[in-house]
Amino acid sequence: MSSDSRFVPLVLKTDTEPNMIKHFTSTACKFFTLVLVFALISFNNYAQEISKDPAAINAGQALFNANCKACHRVQQKLVGPALAGVYDRTPSIDWIKSFVKNSSAVIASGEPYAVKLYNEYNKTQMTAFSSFKDEDIMNILAYIKAEADKPAPDAAAQTTPDGGGQPAANTGLPSTYLNVILVGMIIILILLLIVLGFLVSALKRFIDQKTLTEEDKEVVHPTVTTGSIFKSRGFVFIVVFLTAALGFKAVINGLYSVGVQQGYAPKQPIAFSHKIHAGQYEIDCKYCHVGVMKNKSATIPSVNICMNCHNQIKTGTITGDAEIGKIVKAYETNKPIEWVRIHNLPDLAYFNHAQHVNVAGVECQTCHGPIETMDVVRQHSLLTMGWCIDCHRKTDVNTKGNAYYDNLVEIHNQSKKTPMKVEDIGGLECSKCHY
Amino acid sequence: MEESKKVYWKGIEQLANNPEFVKNAHHEFAQPGPEEDLGHSRRDFLKMMGFGVSAVALAACEAPIRKAIPYVNKPVDIDPSLPNYYASSYINGGDYCSIVVKTREGRPIKIEGNALSAVTKGGTSAQVEASVLSLYDNARLRGPKIGKDKISWEDLDRQVISKLNEISGKGGQIRIVSNTILSPSTKAAIEKFKATYATTQVVQYDQTSAFGIAKANEESFGTAVIPSYDFSKAKVIVSIAADFIGSWISPIEFTKQYALTREVSEDKRDMSRHYQFESVLSITGANADHRIQIKPSEEGAVAVVLYNLLAGKAGKPVISGGVEKPYIAKAAEDLWANRGNALVVAGSNDKSVQVVINAINDLLGNYGTTIDLNTPVNYRQGDDVAMTNFVGELEGGKIDAVIFYNCNPVYDFPTGDKIAAGLKGVELSIATSYKEDETGTLAKYVAPDHHFLEAWNDAEPKKNHFSLGQPSITPIFKSRAAQESLLVWANEPKADYFEFVKNNWKSWFYKDQTFDFQSFWDKCLYDGVYELPATAAATAVTFAGNVGAAADAIASNYKAGTWELVIYESGNIGNGSQANNPLLQELPDPITKATWDHYVTVAPKDAKDIDFTESVTKYATITFNGKSVKLPMLVQPGQTPGTIGIPVGYGRTKAGKVADGIGQNIYPFVNLVNGSLNYTANVTFIPTSETYQIAQTQTHNTYMGRATVVQETSLSEFKDKNWDREFHPKVATWTDPEHKVAPGELSLWKGHEYNNHHWGMAIDLNTCTGCAACVVACNVENNVALVGREEVINRREMHWLRIDRYYSSDAPADDWRGVEVASENPDVVFQPMLCQHCNNAPCETVCPVAATTHSTEGLNQMTYNRCIGTRYCANNCPYKVRRFNWFKYHDNSQFEAANPAMNTDLGKMVLNPDVTVRSRGVMEKCSFCVQRIQAGKLTAKKERRPLKDGEVVTACSAACSTGAIVFGDINNPESKISKLLKIRPLDEKKPHSIDKVTDNPRAYQVLEEIGVKPNIWYLTKVRNKDTAKA
Repeated sequence: MSSDSRFVPLVLKTDTEPNMIKHFTSTACKFFTLVLVFALISFNNYAQEISKDPAAINAGQALFNANCKACHRVQQKLVGPALAGVYDRTPSIDWIKSFVKNSSAVIASGEPYAVKLYNEYNKTQMTAFSSFKDEDIMNILAYIKAEADKPAPDAAAQTTPDGGGQPAANTGLPSTYLNVILVGMIIILILLLIVLGFLVSALKRFIDQKTLTEEDKEVVHPTVTTGSIFKSRGFVFIVVFLTAALGFKAVINGLYSVGVQQGYAPKQPIAFSHKIHAGQYEIDCKYCHVGVMKNKSATIPSVNICMNCHNQIKTGTITGDAEIGKIVKAYETNKPIEWVRIHNLPDLAYFNHAQHVNVAGVECQTCHGPIETMDVVRQHSLLTMGWCIDCHRKTDVNTKGNAYYDNLVEIHNQSKKTPMKVEDIGGLECSKCHY
Repeated sequence: MEESKKVYWKGIEQLANNPEFVKNAHHEFAQPGPEEDLGHSRRDFLKMMGFGVSAVALAACEAPIRKAIPYVNKPVDIDPSLPNYYASSYINGGDYCSIVVKTREGRPIKIEGNALSAVTKGGTSAQVEASVLSLYDNARLRGPKIGKDKISWEDLDRQVISKLNEISGKGGQIRIVSNTILSPSTKAAIEKFKATYATTQVVQYDQTSAFGIAKANEESFGTAVIPSYDFSKAKVIVSIAADFIGSWISPIEFTKQYALTREVSEDKRDMSRHYQFESVLSITGANADHRIQIKPSEEGAVAVVLYNLLAGKAGKPVISGGVEKPYIAKAAEDLWANRGNALVVAGSNDKSVQVVINAINDLLGNYGTTIDLNTPVNYRQGDDVAMTNFVGELEGGKIDAVIFYNCNPVYDFPTGDKIAAGLKGVELSIATSYKEDETGTLAKYVAPDHHFLEAWNDAEPKKNHFSLGQPSITPIFKSRAAQESLLVWANEPKADYFEFVKNNWKSWFYKDQTFDFQSFWDKCLYDGVYELPATAAATAVTFAGNVGAAADAIASNYKAGTWELVIYESGNIGNGSQANNPLLQELPDPITKATWDHYVTVAPKDAKDIDFTESVTKYATITFNGKSVKLPMLVQPGQTPGTIGIPVGYGRTKAGKVADGIGQNIYPFVNLVNGSLNYTANVTFIPTSETYQIAQTQTHNTYMGRATVVQETSLSEFKDKNWDREFHPKVATWTDPEHKVAPGELSLWKGHEYNNHHWGMAIDLNTCTGCAACVVACNVENNVALVGREEVINRREMHWLRIDRYYSSDAPADDWRGVEVASENPDVVFQPMLCQHCNNAPCETVCPVAATTHSTEGLNQMTYNRCIGTRYCANNCPYKVRRFNWFKYHDNSQFEAANPAMNTDLGKMVLNPDVTVRSRGVMEKCSFCVQRIQAGKLTAKKERRPLKDGEVVTACSAACSTGAIVFGDINNPESKISKLLKIRPLDEKKPHSIDKVTDNPRAYQVLEEIGVKPNIWYLTKVRNKDTAKA
């Protein structure tokens, strides 16, 4: 969450990048300074230890996920190289620091390792992270080292696809078996009925051969036949009533679903896949949806954010350059992309992403579903008022570390033992969402 | 009475009672209607159509495709849904206010005061608040024009420059006509223009001139300036027809200062005493402790009497003339007793009257304390003589080129008709107004300026006080800064006005700074203001005027007339430059409560013969110097008998859809007396029998002595009662009729628990001047619909916040009919009335669909999407603050003229995106700006800290110049409102219960006895009346 503020400068970088290219020209004078810098660096090269402190590793993981993951993995080569062992193979830790902060300057200085790397990766330039402090980079390195040093996961785990959800189904009886058993039982019941029918008619014939009193005949041949039951008022009433009630229920259900667009998955002007970006490459949602921590709207990323990566990555795995080309074209012609809006709340309802994601700490998937598995985004939730209210009834308020709630929690705990729900602090009130 | 046995029958068939008749007797019509014979009746058609329509509607319920279009390159400082604020300056002629503009997604949507300004100190006015809608006026010019045709800027520049060269080459005269120019950079740009075209002269004029004051100061002290006044230091204020709260010189500044002297509490037990001598009831007069009716011709005479009384005390020679009026002697005594801490001002634009006023202030030693000649103000630089000469030259054909810089003299200068005629003979005429107006349509070229919210500018409202104006939106149309036009025409190589202002500031102010210029500039932009240290402290001066001669001039210049007219600026329309702003047209004038209408105010005594009913009045014809206007009469308590008043600002013909055709232009009645414009006249006044209905929002004038609505007292009474207010309602209980308790102690309801916040409001009736800035602020903030004249007459105006104006009555309290009639010269109370957010709200219990409910923060919530429009709530509201949407006011061509903000694409840009635009058939009311509360809370939550006091303010509270409206959390003992009201829980063990009591002796609740327990407290009105009768 705290990493949010770091996105902003990152997003802005595209504006300044052309300037950096200019730096290529003014290399000669910088070369000497850099040589000097490297001389100094090599001096204290071994003074820097990569920390094994869990706090540093955690901080590094957050930074890594938010900033590096778009292009790098620890064990795997992606847009950029796999980072495991980077602290051993590069000239020095300080080299890493200066490269991360401003790679183009290092390359421009003609430093051989940087130039080699640059050429090896199709002259792809790494985004400059000038806002990183040295300790941030050290934390990231701590995380990378911790990840790299982990024992290789066993083969079984590796084959399990990401996303999950499957294992949950294994806990109960598979639904197909249940159906088979049901159908079997119904067949047996029908067979039983047929056998019973034969028995009854056989017995009737047997009794008819005897002479019977009138009363007994009535019992054997009742005046109330199946036909007369079907024609009886009571039966007709029940049938009509049931049909009407079911019809009514169907109409009501139909009306309730008016305007509910659950499952709405329109075709977008660009076949952007969340499955690739959020799923496969595990790019943090907040990297692109920059508004989510501070705004009402999470914001659909502006083209310059796409161009942070797609400046370099011009061909996709599935569609080649057809779809990515549209982004580049939009960027070059300065024409915005007209996405089709999927989640449409009515104007009378006020919803604020910052309140839910930043303050309450709700995961994106809670409302948007398994977005990282969607090639085409669809509306996962109902987005009806009942759905909102339901969640507000069930959810505990995220009061941890938030002094705003201190007073409320204190008062709540005086009278109640259960945790404070959103409902308890006015989460069901009209003017929380309607004004 | 014996029952009649007679039987009547309708016809023979009934008498016969045959079966055919009996069968048909129950049918409504004897003959079957024609439609019943048809195979498919009209009803069948409607049924089928109804089914068809609903079937199609259901089938088409697939929502339309909506687009979401992000930026290509997101600007750094714009985050969708987060507002940005820019400090800027409101400049409209000589009217100035330092402001903060709230923008959403690059569109200005709200204007608020800038607290960093030492001049306006965060105050605003109705005009300033409304000006954001003028930005989106459909009558704005789309680009430069030649005559009625479009032209490109390049062509316009080429033609104008060649004509200017030609004119200046042959020595022809060029004039730049303007209202007061506050901007030093604009003046510098004009200097550049003058340098290129040497025959150029600048003529400034003001709609409401203060030329006489400057002339008087030139005579008295040798400097032709208007000094700074400081009302906050004055213990006694005497104003002779100066409406310093409403329109005189710098009302926002003066209102703020004045309010400081009107605050009264147990800790600050003193307040100023204010005497007002005037003819038309102004809001300044309405706030005065003693208001004395005089005729306009007596303004100078009253000053002379006052001078003589004071001169007597000072042992100086007296002067001749004068007319006795009540309270003058008392005022003189009070003034003399508070020498050095007093202030006497006069609204007259006559040099002679102002010289006498100067002499009075000099006798009292007010120079150096309440009046500062060393810090002159620039609000009114109009030169009546120069402007009159200009009109003469224009008529005589001596002018070859004229540039009207953002002014409209054809409409608002008394001899505008002569300017219009003279313009025909002028070779080159250019107007730079940002919108269509009476002058611009007559000019050969129109070179539209930006609206002030689109433009860079600066201002020097007061000596050493500078202010920057920065654009808060990209220019909407093809307009260009007028100053830039002047620079282009002056062949300046670098004509960019932004660079011009910046460079000026660099050379003027960037000296001896320890940081770089960009930082200095950024700081100035952030603050919006820059102040130089005072060069000289306010000092006493020597008076060198000739009082005797002035008195003689007064005596000879003013003669009493049968009907004396006062021309004044009303509290809503002002001088008429923003007349096309419907927010101002629908804003009720603070005194007359009239909207959308022009009128002539008449004293009740004079109106006796006029058959006047509550709803219908009659026209009168007013004639002066051969010009006559016909206006409906409005009976105005407080108006001096024998005088009438007409506000300016109406009678526009080329302003746009909103203002055109409303009323008459009264500027031509302004005349020249003693070398300056005179806003009074002796006229003929003839009532006619033709009737008319003026759209007024309040026609009931008194509160009929009910202390439960308005509580007022005098300072001395308040002191006598040991700082306790007079009226404490008590209710009897059924257990013991003798035992009466305070209504707050009883309740039928279980009450609520407010564990988090408990929002409350305090409104000080003492410092509320009734200026109505809050009403406009509320309208803009909450997307309140404007409904137009007809609907106001139907009592369907939508204002969430209204200001009730009550007059006192002379009748004894038991005269039920009499107390409904206002006094001839009443005391006035303004009471802002809005949803009281009752804790036991009567509206909530009657709503059948629970559309209005109570929140856990004390708010009475209104949910539009749930409302079905039964209006039970409005019927059950004791305060009558709920407003019903009788029509669809948005996207409805019938309301386009009255409500452009919801009906035109341009106007819609002003809407607050956080507030729903309500549709037809739902109820609405004040929400305590719940969107601001929610936004404030979210900011605190995001920063993981408790909400601070003052972080959440309602729009009305933010707009209030005097701080009369205080909003805050009364659960927080440290909040401003808690301290002001001295609030404490009724039961110490239940700090979060609704039951809170106030220990402020002035605080009361309206209709406390009905036990609805409002969350708004009012502070008793205290008048500093002199109890000994004069």
